[in-house]
Amino acid sequence: MFKNLTVGRALVYAALLLMAIYYLLPLYVMLTTSFKSLDDIRAGNMLSLPQAWQGGAWVKAWAEACTGVECNGMQGFFWNSIKMTLPAVAISTILGAVNGYVVSMWRFRGSDALFTMLLVGCFIPFQVVLLPMAQVLGMLGIANTTTGLVLVHVVYGTAFTTLFFRNFYITVPDELVKAARIDGAGFWTIFLRILLPISGPIFVVCIIWQFTQIWNDFLFGVVFASGEAQPITVALNNLVNTSTGVKEYNVDMAAAIIAALPTLFVYMVAGRYFVRGLTAGAVKG
Amino acid sequence: MAALSINNVYKTYANGTDVLKGIDIAIEDGQFLILVGPSGCGKSTLLNMIAGLDDITSGDIEIGGKRVNDLSPKDRDIAMVFQSYALYPSMTVRQNISFGLEIRKVAQAEIDATVNRVAEMLQITHLLDRKPGQMSGGQRQRVAMGRALARNPSIFLFDEPLSNLDAKLRVEMRTEIKLMHQRLKSTIVYVTHDQIEAMTLGDKIAVMKDGIVQQFGSPQDIYDNPANLFVASFIGSPSMNFIPATVIQTGSDIGVKICDDNGCVVLPLPHDKTKLAQFVGQEVIFGIRPEQITDARTAHREGLPVMSCHIDVIEPTGPDTLVFVSLNNTKVCCRTHPTEAKRPGQSMELVFDVSKAVLFDPKTEARIV
Ligand SMILES: Nc1ncnc2c1ncn2[C@@H]1O[C@H](COP(=O)(O)OP(=O)(O)O)[C@@H](O)[C@H]1O
Ligand SMILES: [Mg+2]
Repeated sequence: MFKNLTVGRALVYAALLLMAIYYLLPLYVMLTTSFKSLDDIRAGNMLSLPQAWQGGAWVKAWAEACTGVECNGMQGFFWNSIKMTLPAVAISTILGAVNGYVVSMWRFRGSDALFTMLLVGCFIPFQVVLLPMAQVLGMLGIANTTTGLVLVHVVYGTAFTTLFFRNFYITVPDELVKAARIDGAGFWTIFLRILLPISGPIFVVCIIWQFTQIWNDFLFGVVFASGEAQPITVALNNLVNTSTGVKEYNVDMAAAIIAALPTLFVYMVAGRYFVRGLTAGAVKG
Repeated sequence: MAALSINNVYKTYANGTDVLKGIDIAIEDGQFLILVGPSGCGKSTLLNMIAGLDDITSGDIEIGGKRVNDLSPKDRDIAMVFQSYALYPSMTVRQNISFGLEIRKVAQAEIDATVNRVAEMLQITHLLDRKPGQMSGGQRQRVAMGRALARNPSIFLFDEPLSNLDAKLRVEMRTEIKLMHQRLKSTIVYVTHDQIEAMTLGDKIAVMKDGIVQQFGSPQDIYDNPANLFVASFIGSPSMNFIPATVIQTGSDIGVKICDDNGCVVLPLPHDKTKLAQFVGQEVIFGIRPEQITDARTAHREGLPVMSCHIDVIEPTGPDTLVFVSLNNTKVCCRTHPTEAKRPGQSMELVFDVSKAVLFDPKTEARIV
């Protein structure tokens, strides 16, 4: 490995190492702090390892910490986020796939205009849709519910997922669809039997993107869901800001890691497909 | 099998481009029709219209005597082979071939039998369990043909099926397609921009340009009697020579005046005198194919006009040597016997077989004689 180590190369490695440390250091501090006792935190250096490893902060963060008036920890809100994220990711991805298929393969009068409108959807800032969205949710009677949040994320996310799938399907030769039509396949058969089986890479990209967007969202969560229905990001904020005497950094850190865990997990499982999927054409040769 | 007739078909795309401007073509059951023309002339568009993949703007298309304008592709009883082959990437060869049959709810036993029969015929049995990504271009091409054959349609449509193959394979597949046609006696519409494919495969050729059929006829007829300068230049390789020349009457003979460094001669034309007489004194384009200007040994006929010409370049091709001379300041290609061709810089006696020469109007480019 060190056989070809030139000065230039050594510099590159050094720079990379520095970057890695820069990005990993906060994670390290969070992890070690979450396992320290409060005394340990006050006494020691931020970078030191815990004198005694303690899981108490984790238990408290999960089940007992106060997030406002309630003192049930993060657990309920973790499930809120799961209940919000999974359906929202699934629905927006499926809608995006079908939209992308229609826009790229079944040109109709105004299909380009439709796609442009969807594309504009990607550039609308969150803040712009807040008030109209609140009105719609109120009219539908799903304000302050997880269902309402799912709807918001599906509406907002479909613009992105459509773009992803459209850009993927545009690389599939039209002749494939023509051949299938001549073979007698209809709209859904072509989608399900010919395009879906080659869509793996773009599904991975879309799911990772949507999952992290929706799981990490704070603004929609804080505006459209409060109290019982709030997602974990909002709960984390409340937990950190609810001060009853001393600041429990260990609990805060544990709670933050709990909130970040699912996205970390998704990246670790599917991260390497992400880059591959972003650069993959649909059909090779 | 079925006859095909295309009557006055127009196609204007939504963005306003007129792609087809009144196409009229009719072929009989079992005939091999070639649509040939330069890229962008509307060949694929016309083929898509026949397939029903896109609507025609006006006109009629009939397959087997039945008007199919409003039928969807799957109800037209056609099969198509695409330039990119369009094999379903996630399916094996077997699944690719059986897909259309499955959708048409053919019994499984019959599907299996058909797949095996087609695979054997195209010698792709050993590939049946491969996916398209694991095959060479030539193999994919065969599978694409297999998929079309399995359906046993009344008309086969081919859109430049060989253009992605290398030269050697292209010639081989050309012969195989011809054999297949002779064996199955199927009606075929075949799009190509390659005039050699057009000449070798077709029973009938439609030469297209700018959405208009320039000429429709048998390959030999189109070669010998091109309707206009475009057709004459497009069909034949090396291309026909087009020499600007003046029509001149000497006594009862009417001919064209041809000059080179050594001097001028008048080549008398044996064509219809009353027609020729109208153009005396006028500038025309004298069209003559390379094999009609040759050495005395190859010409093998007495009484043809001869001219001594100064040779610019020679190109030996093996069976014959192309000799390039300059006539009326135009580069002219002559096909001569290799042993008879002289060297560049020398002069050579060239025999002009004017019986098949043609004349075009220099302005309209229409055939006049
Ligand atoms: N969907 C379309 N919309 C607008 N113009 C098109 C469309 N498809 C093809 N054309 C135009 O029609 C012309 C003929 O195309 P095509 O039939 O593919 O030519 P060829 O197969 O002879 O090369 C081209 O100029 C092309 O740009
Ligand atoms: Mg084409």
